[in-house]
Amino acid sequence: MRWLLLKDLQILRRSPLQAVLLVAYPILIALLVGLAISRDSDKPRVAFLNEVPPGSRVSVGEAELPAVEVDERICRRVECVHVESRAEAAEKVRDGDVLAGLILPADLVDQINSLSTPRPGSPQVEVIVNEEDPVKAQLVNDRITSLLAQANLLIAKRIATEGGKFLDLVVNGGDFEILGQTIEILGLQASAQILETLRPALPAGQLRDELDRVVQFTDLSRSNLDVGGVLLSRLSQPIAVDKQVVSGASPPLELFAIAVAATLTLTFVVVLLVAGSLALEREENAFARLTRGLVSRSGLLTEKIGLGLAVGAVVTLLMLGGLEIFVSLAWERFGLWLAAIFAGGAALGAAGAALGAAAREVRAVSLLAFMVSLPIAFLSLIPSGAVSGGLYDAIGVVTALFPFKPTLRAMTAGLDSGGGIGGPLLHLAALTAAYALFARFALRRFTAA
Amino acid sequence: MSLPNGGGSVGWVPQQAALYRRLTVEENLLLFARLEGHEDPHASVEEMLALTGLGERRAEIVARLSGGNQQRVNIAIGLLSQPVVLLLDEPSVGLDPRQRARLWEFISGLAGGGATVIFSTHDIQEAERYGERLLVLADGEALFDGSPSGLREVVRREAPEAADQDFETAFVAFLHHRGH
Repeated sequence: MRWLLLKDLQILRRSPLQAVLLVAYPILIALLVGLAISRDSDKPRVAFLNEVPPGSRVSVGEAELPAVEVDERICRRVECVHVESRAEAAEKVRDGDVLAGLILPADLVDQINSLSTPRPGSPQVEVIVNEEDPVKAQLVNDRITSLLAQANLLIAKRIATEGGKFLDLVVNGGDFEILGQTIEILGLQASAQILETLRPALPAGQLRDELDRVVQFTDLSRSNLDVGGVLLSRLSQPIAVDKQVVSGASPPLELFAIAVAATLTLTFVVVLLVAGSLALEREENAFARLTRGLVSRSGLLTEKIGLGLAVGAVVTLLMLGGLEIFVSLAWERFGLWLAAIFAGGAALGAAGAALGAAAREVRAVSLLAFMVSLPIAFLSLIPSGAVSGGLYDAIGVVTALFPFKPTLRAMTAGLDSGGGIGGPLLHLAALTAAYALFARFALRRFTAA
Repeated sequence: MSLPNGGGSVGWVPQQAALYRRLTVEENLLLFARLEGHEDPHASVEEMLALTGLGERRAEIVARLSGGNQQRVNIAIGLLSQPVVLLLDEPSVGLDPRQRARLWEFISGLAGGGATVIFSTHDIQEAERYGERLLVLADGEALFDGSPSGLREVVRREAPEAADQDFETAFVAFLHHRGH
């Protein structure tokens, strides 16, 4: 069998385009994934123009937000590309340099400040977007909505805080500064105490009854306004999130991206190589000669799967090594990576052998391998909830029949400590056996054809 | 020219060259020598290269060889099993006359070296020229078993009008007379 393996490697070496693709493919994937995950995906590039005059302050009660703080707050959430004019912002959006343009108009602070006056204005920011691409348009829309929600939330919190302070002043009393002068506010609590003190001095009668009503009112007001303070603080964020994870300990996004890249690489290299090299045996008319006593059919299948596994493992590890440039991987989990790569590679190799035995011609088999692997890979990446329940179940059945998804699960578990690797490995072992049996059966047609 | 001894099996050489066109002549022979379990596969390769006369082209990729030379390598691979009997399935199909002549010279050399060579062909002139014993099969029926001259005698008896024609015409007349 080792001589057949050596022969296949010699043939591979003689096919420069194939060999270059096998090396170039993982490098390309590693670069693309590396560049994608090394950029903070939460910070889209936005052309930013702040026309608000320097020194303008957003006032909410006693609190003031300096203008520079608004800049900082925005640029913490997006990658700000500062521009000089609205036209420049529009040009950058049109050219695709930035995802969107954000313009804070000169009167923005005045408009915000007017909210606490009898004639409130309507503060607006200007957003420039290029919606030629619906996906990009949706992304920009989501980002802007999120940014505005955060800005509104910030202002609401400030208003709630200041409102709470006023309530506290009314209830408990204290000093209040206005126009440079300090005014003492007595407060409901102190008022009630004073009234309680005065009550015995009044004779029983109408006057005392009226006083009792005032005392009762201050008590009632104090109690209710205490609750009002709590309600006001809740107003800024009435619904809090309490996330309960029921399944699938989610790995960090960058590790999942790496697992997807590694699984894609392994899939295409192994499936194409095994299917192609098996079909080549028939195209070269060597299959009949080999299986007339030189090699058993099962031996030939094992050799092909071994070839795919060996080359796929090397290429995938090269790709993971390349990704180390961009992101730090947990090399102490190397053994688990290998387990995932070998189990996935074996199942993918068996699937490739089944395809190769079924299609029998190298060109047809290459096309078939792409036509099967690519949609399965896409289907495997659809998360639950993205489609209807019935369709998701159907997709789950289809993707469970091909080794891509269990390989992805094993790879993710190998790279991250969040999930168990045992289940995916067992799944892959079952798929390896099933596809190997199918391939062995299909090889009976190989000679006859 | 001699055949490797010690075999005893029947060597089979398929009609289409069953070898790896992206490997060299030497790599193909070495692979099959190893798969056949030869103790000294390199020595067997040297022997086959000498037998086929392709020693100087040993490092050439098979795909670049002529059809005749590819067929020689194909036959040499069949010989690596050290067979007592070598079966050739239409060995000259698709070859031009010059390549065919060289191939038959090679096959005749094998037979001259002691091998029993059985070949199938649809070219009756080739059968007359190179075969010592002919077995005529038509629709699964064995119509004749004997020498080419013996076939001529049968034609003379059964289809005398074609007896003095060329061998192919006489053969067709024989088949017609036998109902095929």
